[in-house]
Amino acid sequence: MSDLVVGQELISGTVVLTRFSLVRYAGASGDFNPIHYRDDVAASVGLPGVLAHGMLTMGLAVQPVIDWMGGRGDLVEYGVRFTRPVVVDGNGGVTVSVTAKVGAIEEDVTRIDLTVSAADQTVLGKAQVRVKLHE
Amino acid sequence: MPVNPELQGRVFPPTSPYLVGREKVREFSRAVFAQSPLNHDPEAAREAGYADVVAPPTFAVVIQEAGLALLLAAPDTGIDFSRIVHGEQKFTYTRPIVAGDELTAILTVTSIRSLGGNDMITAETSISDSAGAHVVTATSVLVMRGTE
Repeated sequence: MSDLVVGQELISGTVVLTRFSLVRYAGASGDFNPIHYRDDVAASVGLPGVLAHGMLTMGLAVQPVIDWMGGRGDLVEYGVRFTRPVVVDGNGGVTVSVTAKVGAIEEDVTRIDLTVSAADQTVLGKAQVRVKLHE
Repeated sequence: MPVNPELQGRVFPPTSPYLVGREKVREFSRAVFAQSPLNHDPEAAREAGYADVVAPPTFAVVIQEAGLALLLAAPDTGIDFSRIVHGEQKFTYTRPIVAGDELTAILTVTSIRSLGGNDMITAETSISDSAGAHVVTATSVLVMRGTE
């Protein structure tokens, strides 16, 4: 673990979000805002379409880091800015891509920076995970 | 109506204890595409040193929600929920949440700022277990869009 270098890509992955994913997240999280599953409601408030819950995007984006750590570390902090909505098409859904790179190495804490995009646009800003890695 | 500036520094009463269920952890894990055995299999979790299945990192949002509900229900905040968007979210962990935890949240409004016609409300929710030990703090920046 000590051979990490800043800028190194650790892992990347993709997840296809569909309306099913949104309904499932609504149930699991308790966030039943209809902009996450009803086209008419989304349109009525001026949105470009049904949107993924920001917290769903945040939740799935950290999973590649968890998989990469594989129990060899602990999370210290995880934060994101919600910069752009993730529109989920009723037919094809949307593919969300996540790339995790080493952002900084600060004594015993490693900062991992996430790049999260959907439809070729970055959707989370300053998405950073701070982890304590065990040797 | 803008957000009431006197909201800054207000501490809300503790939420009712939330008992984290094993099936809830599994359900949330499936919803956020968390596939580690630690999230689903109690035996795997115990072998790794946890009391039961481990909740994914953003599960604390479920507990935070009860604190935010108190904030949004308070009559004098000036917050118009229909104009609120979620701007930022952060979690600061002491340890992961596991099934069997009984968690209580205390929400503090740490900052009210105006930026470009919008009001930014920062709410910090400290989540502790039944022994009173800190588990995770969930910090949300809520943006109330201006009416212009």
